[in-house]
Formats: sequence, C-alpha cells, structure tokens
Amino acid sequence: MMNAIRERKRLQIFGLMFPGAFWLVVFFALPLLVIFVISFMARDELGSPVPPFSLDNYQQAFDSLYLNLFLFSLWISLLTTVVTLLISFPVALYIARSPKRWRNILIFLVMIPFWTNFLVRTYALQFLMRANGPINTLLQGLGVIQEPISMLSTPVAVLIGLVYGELPFMILPLYASLEKFDWAMFEAAQDLGADMRRAFLRVMLPMTMPGVLAGSILVFVPSVGSYITVELMGGGKINMIGRVIASQFGVASNWPFGSAISLLLMVVVTIAALVYFRVGRGERMAL
Amino acid sequence: MTNSTIVVMGDRAEYAPPAPERPNLRLGQLSLIAVTLFTFAFLYVPIIVLILFSFNSARTGAVWQGFTLSWYQRLLGNEALLTAAGRSLIIGIVSTAGSVVIGTLTALAMEREHFRAKAVWDGLLYMPVIIPEIVSGVSLLLFFAAGGIERGLLTLVVSHIAFSMPFVYLTVRARLADFDRSIEEAAQDLGADEAKTFWLITLPLLMPGIVSGALLAFTLSIDDFIISFFVTGKGWNTLPIYIWSQLKQGVTPEINAISAVLLLFSVSVIALSLLLQRRRN
Repeated sequence: MMNAIRERKRLQIFGLMFPGAFWLVVFFALPLLVIFVISFMARDELGSPVPPFSLDNYQQAFDSLYLNLFLFSLWISLLTTVVTLLISFPVALYIARSPKRWRNILIFLVMIPFWTNFLVRTYALQFLMRANGPINTLLQGLGVIQEPISMLSTPVAVLIGLVYGELPFMILPLYASLEKFDWAMFEAAQDLGADMRRAFLRVMLPMTMPGVLAGSILVFVPSVGSYITVELMGGGKINMIGRVIASQFGVASNWPFGSAISLLLMVVVTIAALVYFRVGRGERMAL
Repeated sequence: MTNSTIVVMGDRAEYAPPAPERPNLRLGQLSLIAVTLFTFAFLYVPIIVLILFSFNSARTGAVWQGFTLSWYQRLLGNEALLTAAGRSLIIGIVSTAGSVVIGTLTALAMEREHFRAKAVWDGLLYMPVIIPEIVSGVSLLLFFAAGGIERGLLTLVVSHIAFSMPFVYLTVRARLADFDRSIEEAAQDLGADEAKTFWLITLPLLMPGIVSGALLAFTLSIDDFIISFFVTGKGWNTLPIYIWSQLKQGVTPEINAISAVLLLFSVSVIALSLLLQRRRN
C-alpha cells in the first residue's frame, strides 16, 4: 500500500518535471555542449566545422585583437551598469516615496519601455541622433550649428544606447526593493546619531542590496553580449564581442572560432554572476 | 547636480556637513525630482519623436513637411511585412501556450515536491536568464545544423519556448510561494479529490501568476530578434527580423510607422495585464 502511494507520487513528480527538464536539457544544455565540441575543431572552406581537434581557436581568441575587444566589452558593460545604477537609484527612490496614485502612473511609465521592442527603442534613439535626424535638423534650423554634429559611431554613443536600452531593467528591481524599505529604520538610524550619508550607506543600501544586485545582473549580462545596440549606435565603426560572434556566423564564416568566443563570453558572464551572488550573500549576512 | 544629490548617492569626497535638516531634505527631494524628470525625458523623447515623424510626409531627413497617414496606408499593402507580422503572431501564440503549460508544471514540481538533484534543476532554470542571448542563438543554430534539422517554423517555436518558459516558471513559482495551502486542505476535507482540488482551487488561484507569465512570454516571443535571427531559415522572416533587414537598407518613414504600431501594441499589452491584475485583486 505504502509502496503504491510512493510509486504514484514518483510518477507524478516525473510527469510534472519531464517537459521542463526535457526543454532545458535539449534546447539549452545540449546546444552548449555542441558549441563546446565545435570550439575545438577546425573549419573547411565554407566555414563548417571539421576535425582535427586543437586549441587553435582559443589561442586565436587570446590574440591581442580579440582580448582587447573582450576587455573593451567588459569595460563598456561595467560603465553601463554603474551609470544606469546611478541614474536609477534616485528615480526608484522618488517613485517609491510618491503618493500611491502618482506612483502607479510612474511605474506604468517605466513599464512601457520595459515591455517595448528593444530593437524599435534602440532604433528610435539612433533616429534621433542621426546626422540628418531631428536633433541636428532642429539645431541647424535654430542656427546654433552650421554643420550637423556627428553623434553616432563612437564608444559614447554605444554607451548611451546601452544605458537607454537597459534603464527599465534597473529601475524596476530597485523600485521593488525600495518600495518594501521601512523608512522607520532610516529615521531610527538618524535618531541614533547617523547623518544622512551614514544612514544611507549603513541602513538603506544594505537593505536594498537584493534590488541593486538583481538590476546590475539584468543590465550587465545583456550589455556584454549586446549586438543590436553596437550595430545601430556604433554604425559599424565600434566593435564589441557580441558583434564579433555574429560576424563569425555571417560574413567571416568561421563557426569553430565563433563557438570558442561564445563559450569564453559565457564563462565571463557566469563568473560575473557568481561574484554578484557571492557579494550579495555576504552583504545580507553582514546585517 | 546639487550637493544633496551627492549626499543621497553617498559620495565621500564632496559631502558637506549636514545643513539644518529641513532645507537639506527639501533640496534632496528637488534633486530627486530633477533626476526623475531627466530620466523620463530620456526614455520618452526618442519614442515620441519617432511616432511624430511617422506622420511626416517627407521621404528623407527630419524636416517637417506636413501631416500624412500615407506611411500607415503603405503598411497595409506591404505583403512581406504582413507575412512577417502574421508569422510573429503565430509563433508568439504557439510558443506562449507551450511555455505556459511547461513553466506551470515545472513550478508546481519545484515549489511543492522533493526529489533528487532538485538544486541542479534550480540552477539550470536560471541559465536562460544568465546566458547572453547571442550565445543561446548561435548554440541553437549549431545544434540544429549538427542534427540536420531544417530551420524554420519548428525551430523558431521550440527555441522561443526554451527562452520564455523559465520566465513563466519564475512568475508562477513566485505566486505559488505565497499560496495558502490550507485552502486546498479545506477543499479535500469537504470531499474534493486531488484532480478536482487542482482544477477548482489551485489553478484559479494561480491564474494571475499564469496570466502575467503568459503576457511576458508572448511579449518576449514577439520582440525577440537575436535568437530568431540565428534559428530561422531562409525566407522565414519574423517581424523583428523584417524590421532589421529594412533598417540595414536605410531608414524610411515606413519603419517609423511600423515602430509606432508596435509601441501601441506594447502599451495595450501592459494596460491589459494591469487591468487583469486589478480585477483579480
């Protein structure tokens, strides 16, 4: 009798887990395994992977050219994360402290870009900043400038594009943390003699750390591998690692090398995620 | 930026000794408003300008030459665009249905049951959130190529389920975590069997989580460019891929019009989801 019940339970769990587990294994784990294997292969004239196996692709990936692109991508993504955080914190704080009615409207306004097509949004920014776009046309019409200012195709343009694209992904988790923040704690810290800065650093920041970390991960990860933003805002002149990968599967047609870089990118992102989570756990324990 | 913003941001170097409290707080509030206003302007000016220029009759450039609806009229006659939009819609609906069922089942198992290697699955379910889209895209491309599977509708649908299912799972699981199981026990005390309890009690109570998960999955599917770009086959454009290919050929007011329609679509989806949430509460 007991055995029959246990057997039924086991079947039930199997039934519940099977489809999800199947999808994860077949369409996430296996493809990663495939690019892992291919990353050690050579290519034929068409770019398709062929034996023999070697470490050549990884050696090539550590060439100064690609290493610099990696570092540049990491640097831009780090900057994006920091800038987004610095802008989003005051915004989330302001929204969290607004009266309820007003707060709902503001959150709705953050959600619209959050749910809007990323490609379309980035294009909107690019359109605005084009040489013959609205900003330049307006400034020329007003006589402020004679020649159009070139605002695209620079690292700063890519940075602006990334910040623009990722802002909602930082504001929303920060807001979720700040909304739950108990202001009595802040006042208590001040009553006990802490000044504003101390109360912020020692009470508010640690308590909202989960939101800060979640937002940072949500911004950092897509930034490192970004393709759309680099392509549209960089105008083909700025290269980042996501664009290198895409080109290996397009014009450059070198699948094994593209696989090697993809795996390296994944390793970098996983390390970043682990560091974030580790730091996050430490912070919470410090409380 | 004013001094008090710096205080709020916790900058050590430029911190001034606390002034009398009230003015300081008010200044802090003012700078919060300033940053918030700036941010909303930054987020919205490009979108609003784009919509505005979708009504501009000029073919090129950004000089206003008068109001027109002709770009929208052209969309209706654009065969390639309509086909791509129809495909995106079908892929969105099918993959949403798939990821809602799979995500909900997985959430039920992960939240309520105990089994071996559960921590491994927990980690795996976060992978799609952490792996960069471009890596998912190229790995799926090589996977399908290695398996000799022809790329097209099928590969698009299964890939879309793969990246949106974990988001449904997370949303539904969050709802399950707040679930008061005594309601289910009460139903069973009153004579409902397991199946009846599930359909009449558990599922209706989970609905808000499932609906928000579904809307998220649908939006992710409709919006996806990167992964679709790699797993699609020749001539199998989805709407974002169509927009991309047009952008590569140069900006036309038609793209502005498509963008405006997509924006309107997003706004309606959010409004719908908020409305549903409010009614449930």
